[in-house]
Amino acid sequence: MVNYREERLDRVFAALSDPTRRAVLSRLARERALSVTALAEPFEIKLPAVMKHLDVLAEVGLIRRAKTGRTVQVEMVAGSLKPAVLWLRRYERFWSASLDRLAAYAEAKERKADERGR
Amino acid sequence: MNEVCLVRRIAARPAIVFEALVTAEGIGSWWGPDDFPALSAEADARVGGRFRVRFRTADGLEHECAGEFLEIEKPGRVVMSWRWVHGGMIEERGKVSRLEIRLRAIDTGTELTLVHSLLSSEHSARAHEGGWDGALKKLTRRFPAGPEFSTN
Repeated sequence: MVNYREERLDRVFAALSDPTRRAVLSRLARERALSVTALAEPFEIKLPAVMKHLDVLAEVGLIRRAKTGRTVQVEMVAGSLKPAVLWLRRYERFWSASLDRLAAYAEAKERKADERGR
Repeated sequence: MNEVCLVRRIAARPAIVFEALVTAEGIGSWWGPDDFPALSAEADARVGGRFRVRFRTADGLEHECAGEFLEIEKPGRVVMSWRWVHGGMIEERGKVSRLEIRLRAIDTGTELTLVHSLLSSEHSARAHEGGWDGALKKLTRRFPAGPEFSTN
């Protein structure tokens, strides 16, 4: 279970390492569901390339595609980014608080060194 | 970008900040998010040398991190491997990550940059710096606040 979660987190971060895929996700976060054609429109790359990016995002479970009639609608899977966001948030808080303490410690040492130097 | 990056300005010279990163007394004084002295700390500051620090969080739980010094360039840079050996974040247990701390002298003291990378796939992290932060912040807003640093 733990391994599965870790591996999934790795894959989510790998999927997020591409600017086109991040742009796709940002748009889907704003606009809920979009057709593949509408999603591909702002990009310079060709439709098959966009499809490949969508495959990567779908494989790690960040988006889902649904066919309605002749168009394919793409949407974000709710909550799928949460593990990645939580990872970053937790460590940000952990290090930020630790660095506050590091600063206080080093600054106290610096003041002592200053006093001795005088 | 699979990493956390923080920059901090500290009113102390780099040599003093550096000591706080590589000595047992130093590490024991600041490692951990809550304001308690470390329960124990060890540091063997040479390449291949190990460190270990045990601390308590405000919820009363004990945590222990350990690792190895991978690179030491006094007084500008330290790279360590890093893992939880007790407590910590359960999904991270057993997983080794990389911690790099760089120090730069500035007028007011030291500018410290901390980079904690989750994965071994550093290349992808480095190749895609920038862009990700803003995107993540936007996406983060869509999620309710999750648990903070917790052990379960």
